[in-house]
Amino acid sequence: MRVKLRNPDREVELAGGRKVRDVLLEFGIDPDTVLVIRGRELLTREERVGDDDRIEIRAVISGGSSP
Amino acid sequence: MRCRRCRAPAVVEIRRHNAAFCTDCFVQHVREQVKRAIATHDMFGPEDRVLVAVSGGKDSLALWDLLLGLGYRASGLHLGLGIGGYSSHSGKLARAFADEREADLIEVDLAGEHGFDIPTAGRRSSRSTCSVCGLSKRYVFNRVALERGFDVVATGHNLDDEAATLLGNTLRWQTEYIARQFPVLTAEEGLMKKVKPLFRLSELETAAYAFLRGIDYVLEECPLVAGNTQIRYKEAMNRLEATSPGTKAQFFLGYLERAAPLFEAQDRAELSPCERCGQPTTGRFCAFCRARAQILGWASPAEVCEAVSP
Repeated sequence: MRVKLRNPDREVELAGGRKVRDVLLEFGIDPDTVLVIRGRELLTREERVGDDDRIEIRAVISGGSSP
Repeated sequence: MRCRRCRAPAVVEIRRHNAAFCTDCFVQHVREQVKRAIATHDMFGPEDRVLVAVSGGKDSLALWDLLLGLGYRASGLHLGLGIGGYSSHSGKLARAFADEREADLIEVDLAGEHGFDIPTAGRRSSRSTCSVCGLSKRYVFNRVALERGFDVVATGHNLDDEAATLLGNTLRWQTEYIARQFPVLTAEEGLMKKVKPLFRLSELETAAYAFLRGIDYVLEECPLVAGNTQIRYKEAMNRLEATSPGTKAQFFLGYLERAAPLFEAQDRAELSPCERCGQPTTGRFCAFCRARAQILGWASPAEVCEAVSP
C-alpha cells in the first residue's frame, strides 16, 4: 500500500490488509485530525485498506490569522 | 460503519456526535448546522449582501459554497498577501472556485493597495507575522465591505478556531478579547457586522465537506506560520478531544450559552475615526495605520497620511 503524506509531501510503502485506524496508529496520528482519502472517497477508521491501495492522509488543521 | 440517518456505508465519523454519515447525509448535516447558526444568531437574511473573506483554504471556500448553495447573495473577497507561491496558488484557487460557480470575487493586493506585503511586514513590524497579517485582513475586509455597500462580512472560523482562540484568551485572561469572541459582532460606527457561520462545525467537518463537494482548496500550510501559538492551542485541544470527544464544543458552545454574558461589560471602548484613514479606532490612529507606518519606515501614521493617500 502506498501512503501519501503532506507538509512536506512524501510517500511511504506499508503493508495493507488492515484497518485505517491501524495505519494511523502506526504513524501516531489522531484519526480526528486527518482525512483519509482513497481516490475520490473518504475512509472511516473502520475501513480496510489493501496491499494495492493508494491512500492519502491529509491533515485538517490550519492556523495563523485565519481566514 | 453505517450512516446514522440512512444506514448506507458511512464516509465520515463525527465522534462528538457519536455519529457517522454517508456523503449525502453528511452534506445535509453540514448545511443544517450552518442554517442553524445563521438563524439562531440572526446573522443575515436572504436580501442581505454578504462579503465572504476567502483565503483559498478549506474553511472559507466551504463557507462560500454553503452560502451560495443556501441561496444567499454571497460575494468573495480575496486579499493577496504576497507570500510567494503560497499566495499566488491561494489566489488561483479562489479565482477558479468563483469562475466555476460564476460567483462574484473581489481581489485586493495588499502591496499594491497599501505598500507592503506580509513577509516584509513580518520583518519590519514589532507585531508577529500572524498578528500583522490578521490585522491587515480585518482592516481590508471591513473597509472594502463598507465602501462597496455590503451588509455583513462572513468569515470561515470553525469550532476548532474558536475553541483554540478562547483557550488562548482565557489562559491570559484577556477579558476584552473574550467579550468580543462571539459568532456575531454587531455593526458599530465604521465597523461592519461580522459573522462566523461555521462556528458549530469542527475542522474535520469543514475539510470533509470541502473534499466531498469537490472543492479544490490550498493544501499547503502558510510558510510563515511555524511556531504559531494558535496551532499549539489547537494541538492541545485535540489531545483533550482524543480522550474526551466533545470537549471543544463544550468549551466554546458552553461559553456562548453560559459565560459570554458575564464578559459583556468588558466590551465598551469608545471609538472615533482614525485621523489618517477614517476607520474606527480607540486612539488617534488605527492599529493598521500605525503598523503600516512602522513597516514603511515613516516617523508616524501622520507622515503616511501626507505622503500617500489612504
